[in-house]
Amino acid sequence: MKTASITMIIGSALLLGLFFFPLWSISLEAPQYPSGIGMYIHLDGLEGHEKHDIQNIDGLNHYIGMRKLPKKDEMWEFTVFPIVIGGMAALGIIIGLLGFFKKVSYKWFLGWLILLTVLGVMGMFDFNAWMTDYGTNLDPKAIMKMTDANGNPLSYKPPLFGSKDILNFTAHSYPALGAILMGIGMFLTFIAYIIGLKKAK
Amino acid sequence: MKTIQKLLLSLSAGLLLVGCGNNSNQSNGNSGAMASSNAEKVYVAPGEHDEYYAFMSGGYSGNVTVYGLPSGRMFKEIPVFSQFPTNGYGYSEETKAMLNTSFGFVPWGDAHHPDISQTNGELDGRWIFINENNTPRIARISLETFETDEIIEIPNSAGNHASSFVTENTEYIVAGTRFAVPNPQKDMPIDEMKGEFKGPLSFISIDQDTGHMNLEFQLNMPGFNYDLAHPGRDKSHGWFFFTSYNTEEAHSMQEVNASQNDKDFIAAVNWKKLEEYVKNGGGKKVAGTYAHNIYDESTQTATTEMKEGVISVDPRNVEGAVYYMPVPKSPHGCDVDPSGEYIIGNGKLSTQLSVYSFTKIQEAIKNKDFDGDAYGIPILKFESVLEGVVDSGGLGPLHTEFDGKGYGYTTFFISSEVVKWKVGTWEVVDRKPSFYSVGHLMIPGGNSRNPFGKYMISLNKITKDRYLPTGPELEHSAQLYDISGDKMELLSDFPTHGEPHYAAGIPAEMLKSKSKKYYELEENNHKYAAKSEDATRVERNGSEVHVYATTVRSHFAPDNIEGIKVGDKVYFHITNLEQDFDVPHGFSIIGANTSEILIMPGQTKTITWEPKREGVWPFYCTDFCSALHQEMQGYVRVSAKNSNTKLRWSLDDEWRE
Repeated sequence: MKTASITMIIGSALLLGLFFFPLWSISLEAPQYPSGIGMYIHLDGLEGHEKHDIQNIDGLNHYIGMRKLPKKDEMWEFTVFPIVIGGMAALGIIIGLLGFFKKVSYKWFLGWLILLTVLGVMGMFDFNAWMTDYGTNLDPKAIMKMTDANGNPLSYKPPLFGSKDILNFTAHSYPALGAILMGIGMFLTFIAYIIGLKKAK
Repeated sequence: MKTIQKLLLSLSAGLLLVGCGNNSNQSNGNSGAMASSNAEKVYVAPGEHDEYYAFMSGGYSGNVTVYGLPSGRMFKEIPVFSQFPTNGYGYSEETKAMLNTSFGFVPWGDAHHPDISQTNGELDGRWIFINENNTPRIARISLETFETDEIIEIPNSAGNHASSFVTENTEYIVAGTRFAVPNPQKDMPIDEMKGEFKGPLSFISIDQDTGHMNLEFQLNMPGFNYDLAHPGRDKSHGWFFFTSYNTEEAHSMQEVNASQNDKDFIAAVNWKKLEEYVKNGGGKKVAGTYAHNIYDESTQTATTEMKEGVISVDPRNVEGAVYYMPVPKSPHGCDVDPSGEYIIGNGKLSTQLSVYSFTKIQEAIKNKDFDGDAYGIPILKFESVLEGVVDSGGLGPLHTEFDGKGYGYTTFFISSEVVKWKVGTWEVVDRKPSFYSVGHLMIPGGNSRNPFGKYMISLNKITKDRYLPTGPELEHSAQLYDISGDKMELLSDFPTHGEPHYAAGIPAEMLKSKSKKYYELEENNHKYAAKSEDATRVERNGSEVHVYATTVRSHFAPDNIEGIKVGDKVYFHITNLEQDFDVPHGFSIIGANTSEILIMPGQTKTITWEPKREGVWPFYCTDFCSALHQEMQGYVRVSAKNSNTKLRWSLDDEWRE
């Protein structure tokens, strides 16, 4: 149980990486941007890959009527997400410690992981909903109003995961270091559960 | 006599080459396999970068042009001594002060010799300096912004040609006097010049942190024409060498009368001794008014300080500081090899280069091995200081650069060729024709302790048939040689803007990563900046109207202005809010009696407009900034002088007043 608990503590502690590294990265490629332009999504706000990338993405987006990218205080998520992640990390570490002192069983590890997964899916759902709104809810006075082959307004929603061509840009959307650490952490907590399970047999 | 005959022969034969025997056809390089391999050597594929920056003096354009080597592509023209309507330099309210002098505003200059700052005798890529010949000045250009940051005028001087050469730790930069003048200036008969005129040599110190220049002292030399100069380096660090001609002190028909003496002089100047002398209170303060113009990157505004007085040093008062060395008649370039041991006198009207040894100079000084004096300045005995002679067989040597591999390269104007010779043995090892009448040549770092001996360019005075003809007036021509092998290889030629005299080259790697991409808006401390659209406004102060406007793709804020009156003087202060690389906006308005302004991201620039007639007058962005560039325009309503039209402004019909 000691190995399993330590693994659980390490795994849940890796969530704290999200306070230091970005969750997601969206980058845009176009001929006029040889070194690219893009942004990191942090738990508590957006940040350009380069100092002024947010301003420059807003500048590009205004041609197609997209709203300006939200500041920290313009989205409740940037306040709530750090609390949720911080709380989950603390909870995981506490469960791990309790496991170490044999106060709780390894099943709690799985319980924690399921809770985090549910929260994570909700977070992704929310993120996707925001991107859909951001990419389709356009200014009626937009300079350029592009339509698809069926005459419907074009959506400029960046992909949740992967790459997609949007007008002259190719958008790439992938997890960044914070999310990768979180993924490793979640995997470790699952391993903790498996170790606990095997030890119990 | 033989020399004269040769000279006449070559002059009368126009540009036929004389005295250059071997394989001039082959080196033309325009045939067969040779040409294709040469093409590969200068081909820089689309999107690839050149290996070297080359900064060419623009000569009578007054500016500096930036090229890439080996491609020969021009990247930029940096305005320095001349008004530049392309971006508003010298027209905008911020930069007009850069062209102030003690003679008032001078809109033009004659730029000659760029030189890159050095540390320990090697290029350091901090700044590039360049001199102005006509109204003596020296400019400092930032190698981060590639803009002129400072110009200092040199008083009591005329024809600042022996300039702007830096010492090996950029302690000093020099200015010379090519046209001897009364010092102090006075109303006197011209033909009483002899012994009355002077040729002051100026030493300007450089602040190592800011680069700011300060005129420390002037060496009040006899009135010969000081033509070119180079500092000693390494073992000869602390000395400066200046060629002079017209030791005859002729005041008229100089082409003949200044060519009578068999030998003129190189002045060897121990500036460290002079520096110490001045530090200890030596020299005397004499009159001399000069402008010192500094561009402040924070306020983005140039200011002029008029200064008065300069320390003048009589060379005869500083024991052991100044000597003359005889040199075959009317020398031009004065060059020092990378070791600092050899000083090369290029005898413009002779066939030979005279090579002086620094060690021998020191010996001769110690032994007082003099051959009389000129106005009290000891003349070192020619034979005692001469180390060797490069007997080239060419005619009219002008300038020498070094490759750092033991060879010197000298241009010959009259025989129109570049000659390669070995340092130490003085034997000629190669020669190639240049097309035509080459002046300076440049090897990147070729006048430093550490030359980059891969390419050499010759800067040719005559263009003739090298390119498609464009009427009587032609750009000049540069030629690129590969000097990595035993023999020089002519690779390509390309036109150059204005009249490049000297040039300076530096490896691209040393500059390109620190080249600024845009100005930080938050660091913009311009007095009239509007750092957001909310801050835009129009203020009237009598008949003076200040418009605080911004640009961002693709509109001005404000873009409608009313309440301007005929007879007003309107200052458009335009701040470019963009914070991205290569997104300038321009501004111009119908009937403005100035130039446009081109505003870089984060910058504020100001141009004035004095409306002459009532009406509604458009302004627009002059730089194709975006897909909506054509829409980037606005209107100013101009009412009669005594009208009551309210002063108000708007963007998107949100009027403010």
